[in-house]
Amino acid sequence: MLRRRLDVPLDRDGSVRFVPWVIALMVYLAAVMLATGIVVSGAVSRWDRSLAGTLTVELPPVKAGVADGMDKVVALLRATPGIEKVEPLAAEQTSALLRPWLGAEFSAADLALPRLIDVHIDPDAPPDTKALAEELATMAPGATLDDHHLWLDGLIRIARTIEIVTAVIILLIGGAAVLTIIFATRTGLAIHHGVIQVLHLIGARDGYIAAQFQWQALMLALRGGLVGIGLAALTLFAIGHAAEATRLQGSEGGLLPSVQLALPGWIALALLPLLAGLIALITARITVLRALARMP
Amino acid sequence: MVRFENVGMRYGSGPEILRDISMSLAPGSFHFLTGPSGAGKSSLLKLMYLAERPSRGLVNLFGKDIATLPRQELPPLRRRIGVVFQDFRLIDHLSAVDNVSLPLRVAGLPEEEIRSHVTELLRWVGLADHLNARPATLSGGQQQRVAIARAVISRPSLLVADEPTGNVDEDMGFRLLRLFDELNRLGTTMVVATHNERLVARFNHPRLHLENGELRLERGALGGTA
Repeated sequence: MLRRRLDVPLDRDGSVRFVPWVIALMVYLAAVMLATGIVVSGAVSRWDRSLAGTLTVELPPVKAGVADGMDKVVALLRATPGIEKVEPLAAEQTSALLRPWLGAEFSAADLALPRLIDVHIDPDAPPDTKALAEELATMAPGATLDDHHLWLDGLIRIARTIEIVTAVIILLIGGAAVLTIIFATRTGLAIHHGVIQVLHLIGARDGYIAAQFQWQALMLALRGGLVGIGLAALTLFAIGHAAEATRLQGSEGGLLPSVQLALPGWIALALLPLLAGLIALITARITVLRALARMP
Repeated sequence: MVRFENVGMRYGSGPEILRDISMSLAPGSFHFLTGPSGAGKSSLLKLMYLAERPSRGLVNLFGKDIATLPRQELPPLRRRIGVVFQDFRLIDHLSAVDNVSLPLRVAGLPEEEIRSHVTELLRWVGLADHLNARPATLSGGQQQRVAIARAVISRPSLLVADEPTGNVDEDMGFRLLRLFDELNRLGTTMVVATHNERLVARFNHPRLHLENGELRLERGALGGTA
């Protein structure tokens, strides 16, 4: 593939042998960073989606035999426009939520637990949560309405910060790749100055000479990029496998987000070696053209 | 073909190597360029094959003023000039065929056409048995002939040779100059820099004598002029 006859013997240069390894390392780091960004972004989207359409009403615990106002609250919620489904959690369901932390022997009777109502709202026409919360507090003193935004906003902020940091790191890796190619190209220009001068004097256009360097840089970067992405895929498979095992061992659902990449994520990673090749090709071309522009 | 007017040249801020050089070479002419070592012969030739630009004065090649020519128009002009370098400047990792092919390849000719032309020319200069030989495996004379073949393969309008006989014996030198003479008869304008007075004397061509940075035209042994 793309095997070209080189007038400038760049394929024999000891100076460029390190390039594929450096590019492999950079593609590896960029792939791990990109996968991190994709996983975090995906997790935030999932949390956002799953929580955006729900509310939780919490009624304070009451002594046995005292009416907790649950029926009235449920009726109010069902009558409120924009609410699609109202589902009071049975005491056993509430206990199940706490069992991962308090142990399998834990029973709802051991603690005074608040009563929870799971509310599904119409995301396109949500109810006025502020007015609803006031109504609930009047109807059942101590009742609260949680729309999850307090902690979800915090999580989204952290996730966005992680996304920005990973993007900056990927850009820095790209910058380092550009500098590596510039250095290797300049070394090649210095080593083969005599050959380049002959080509120049027999009428080779700058683009003809630059092509010798750019195709070589493309091949070196592709070779390194494929090694890097291969190693990154192995790493991500290993992390994904370990994380899934942890999730299965823990509670159902678990707190950890899924670290498995979906197909678009893998496609994005597969494009990294091509991107590395493209960066190398363009960088080598510009470096050579700028150097040749100084020749008479 | 080649016109210099009051051309001066210096490298960087050094002394002026060439001073007020004025000359005009007609198409199809043959000139020897002579002069002592350090007189500026190579610098004058570099101006002719566009390896350098003058510090001052006018250099006009093929009717074009080099000083005002955009850089992208120089490669087509260079393809009309064949150069035989003093040190050959063959590309070590390429075979004789590939070295000679370079001017045609950079001009974008199809490979099959290049191969047939180059093979024919290398046979003509007596290197039929060394088509795929690398320069390092060839003798000085053979390398010289590969360098000459590379300079003439594209049928240049102007051929500039810098000491082309410097690395070969008297007999081979004479044969190479006969080859240049033949090319000249086919219409190529020739400028050959040489130290070898005996060889110059065997041809009836005018000489450009360069000394102390100044140029003067001398008639050939039998009165030949440009």
